[in-house]
Amino acid sequence: MTGSSRNTFYVLLLTLVLAGLWTGSASAQGPTPTDDEVNRIAKQLYCPVCESTPLDVCPTEACRQWRDLIRTMLAEGKNEEEIKQYFVEQYGVRVLNEPPNRLVSYIVPVVAILLGAFILFRGFQTWIKPSMMKSNLEDAKQETKPFQDLYIAKLEEELKKRK
Amino acid sequence: MTESTISAARRGVPIWAQIIIWVFLVGLLAIVAVGLSRAQQGTVQPGQVIDNFSLPLYSGYELDGKREISVGDMHGKVIVINFWASWCKPCEQEAAELQTAWKEYEPSGQVVFLGVDYVDTDPEARVYLKKFGITYANGPDLATRISQYFRIKGVPETYFVDKNGVLQYVQIGPFTSIDQIRAQIDPLLK
Repeated sequence: MTGSSRNTFYVLLLTLVLAGLWTGSASAQGPTPTDDEVNRIAKQLYCPVCESTPLDVCPTEACRQWRDLIRTMLAEGKNEEEIKQYFVEQYGVRVLNEPPNRLVSYIVPVVAILLGAFILFRGFQTWIKPSMMKSNLEDAKQETKPFQDLYIAKLEEELKKRK
Repeated sequence: MTESTISAARRGVPIWAQIIIWVFLVGLLAIVAVGLSRAQQGTVQPGQVIDNFSLPLYSGYELDGKREISVGDMHGKVIVINFWASWCKPCEQEAAELQTAWKEYEPSGQVVFLGVDYVDTDPEARVYLKKFGITYANGPDLATRISQYFRIKGVPETYFVDKNGVLQYVQIGPFTSIDQIRAQIDPLLK
């Protein structure tokens, strides 16, 4: 190998190494996430400043910054769960559109609904019963009327005989 | 219809069920009442002793080399707690005044300024701090625990705590001059 071809070889080798390093760093960064990818996560989060507004539609400067942060984290290779976890740690659990998967989050509403249904059921029963009792009394009166009529008829017949 | 039928209808809900229902309803009312009273309370009021809380600090904005500070360790000093955010335009109005005030009181060693960054993102917060040349201790309000304790209504808000840990003054909104800041700190140093 002559001196000039050796130099060419070293230049080529250096170029290949640098190209490899550049490609490696570029793939670690990842492509820029699309708005859809950002909004898919943003709609699961709520703005803690303007309450009851999902992050994907919130027009404030704070929300714009948070959407940018989601984009940056996605580009860094973070997944959906990691991003949501980061937001919970930073801003509290109230930023989630769904409560965290804790048993109590599901038991309390179910118990409250069942208890409410029970109260309503008992309430309706007590409202119905007096009216039912009233109609029962009227039925009883109706049932005793023919007997009374028969009794009166028989009594009148006996009186006529005595006359 | 007999007496026994009527009394059976009246007896409908067993006593244990009635107790549970009433306990549940009273509990629910108590929760609503506490929530409403907290909502109407506003911020913590002057005269209240401020409970100990810790604040993690941004790198470059540590206090005495500490990455996390505890307010309980600062008794004997006047503490100025400023809630801010990079997205908050009114905060920008007072940023320069707060920094000037800090440079004025820093040499005495009797006053501590704490910037509490409310629901903000790290990169923007750093840009803000750099833009206004802020050098006093600053850190994020993680999970909004500190702002919830102070029951802040927005940013900026500034709380002045005396040497005994008692809140003395609350500034809602931005300061318009450095004299406003001095007027609150100087009496607390006497």
